Amino acid sequence: MSRQRLGSWLFFGTLVFSLLLMLVPLPLVLEPFKPYWPALCLLYWSLESEDRVTLGLAFAVGIGADLLNGVVLGEQALRLCALVFIALRFRSRLRFFPMWQQSLAVLVLLLNDRILLLIVRVLAGGSLPPGSWWISPFVGAALWPFLFLLFDDLRARLRIQ
Amino acid sequence: MARTRDESSPLFAGNAAGTLRLIVYLALAMVLMVLDQRNGWLWRLRYTAAVVVEPVYRLAGLPAVGIHMLSSAFGDRQQLTEQNQRLREDLLLANARLNQMAAVAEQNQRLKQLLDTRRSLGLKVQLARVIGVDLGAFRYRLTLNVGARDGVKPGQPVIDAHGVMGQVREVLPTTSVVMLLTDPAHAIPVVIARSGLRTVAYGSRDGEQLTLPDIPLAADVRVGDQLLTSGVGGRFPPGFPVGEIRTVATAATGMFMVAQARPAADLNRSDEVLLLHDQAEPDGPPALLPPMGPPRDLAPGAGDKPAANAGRAVPPAAGPTRPSMPGGVTR
Repeated sequence: MSRQRLGSWLFFGTLVFSLLLMLVPLPLVLEPFKPYWPALCLLYWSLESEDRVTLGLAFAVGIGADLLNGVVLGEQALRLCALVFIALRFRSRLRFFPMWQQSLAVLVLLLNDRILLLIVRVLAGGSLPPGSWWISPFVGAALWPFLFLLFDDLRARLRIQ
Repeated sequence: MARTRDESSPLFAGNAAGTLRLIVYLALAMVLMVLDQRNGWLWRLRYTAAVVVEPVYRLAGLPAVGIHMLSSAFGDRQQLTEQNQRLREDLLLANARLNQMAAVAEQNQRLKQLLDTRRSLGLKVQLARVIGVDLGAFRYRLTLNVGARDGVKPGQPVIDAHGVMGQVREVLPTTSVVMLLTDPAHAIPVVIARSGLRTVAYGSRDGEQLTLPDIPLAADVRVGDQLLTSGVGGRFPPGFPVGEIRTVATAATGMFMVAQARPAADLNRSDEVLLLHDQAEPDGPPALLPPMGPPRDLAPGAGDKPAANAGRAVPPAAGPTRPSMPGGVTR
């Protein structure tokens, strides 16, 4: 029972922490390199934890993220819903990919996410972002193995399913 | 490791219920986006949830504060002495200039009293600190640590030591968000200091520069010209430095000249900024009066179409007053 509670603490803790990380600014030079943390966090949990992540949760996290940092309400909810849906749909296959293939899959998912964001922003009347804006998914994919191992290690230490 | 496979994670084919749920959520998100775009719900919601949102902003701003403190605590001694020296020189220079200005300002005041204008040189400002929070709008926003409780209102100009930075866009109880000059949706009425030409400077896509897209071909504009706020529209008080012209070229249409300017303010590096209170009297034409006429029930025919149209035909305020209207900035 307490193990399970610890598990959900870790789960929600990482989600909240990823939202915080999203808000923390980087120096101007590193700004385009900032990965989309909530997406990475949700991806990990949707791949690894059977029934914790649902579309409803992704939507809620997205609304929360929009509330904290967002140009339009519902923008990140839409993006995270799409991301989690794809991840859950291909979950069984993604789980058994070797790490580098998984990273590639994450890259594709994040690129798809950026394209969605671009569509939303342009439809909302924003301007096209500079070229460096496309670096972030690559950084996210490069960080994926480390994030994955870190989370796995955390879970193994705390013995959380 | 053998896992029992259930309905929720099929290996190949997906189930229709999941897709349906996705469509419902996506539709919900889109409805939210459209409603927000129309009514600005996001900020009302943020204002309502300020109890939660603002501590999170402060928390997320902590690393930036920490780095700042660390850099000043462990900063190079030589660097600090140099900085101190430079600041001292700046202060000396500024003081000398201020002393010189005092006499001129007094004279100006007297002359203005003679001319019976009400605009004063005195500035009422409020110091604010920048919270290091990334609000995800590319690079055009700043978050400040003052808000509605400190008397901040949307539309207040924000300046730093070098020039105009932008204007307050949204206000929470104890934080506020500033729209920078370089935001593509921002426009500021400017005057070229040397020639007195009035025009409008817009933000640009790369977030580093200002664009002046509609300068007449015959106008006298050169690289290096200083841009000042013109005060037209009444949002920004006149006479503050805005930027310096970097390039001038003829537009692709051949009808206008297009100039690029570099903002005078240190948009990326400012820690502390000043919020201007007491917005200046608008310089432009007076606000339009609401159309007046005899009461509707006194009109000869109740369905008198031409009279109704005449009331609506008043042109809306347009032109360089665009940033002075809250609805003028679109985003």
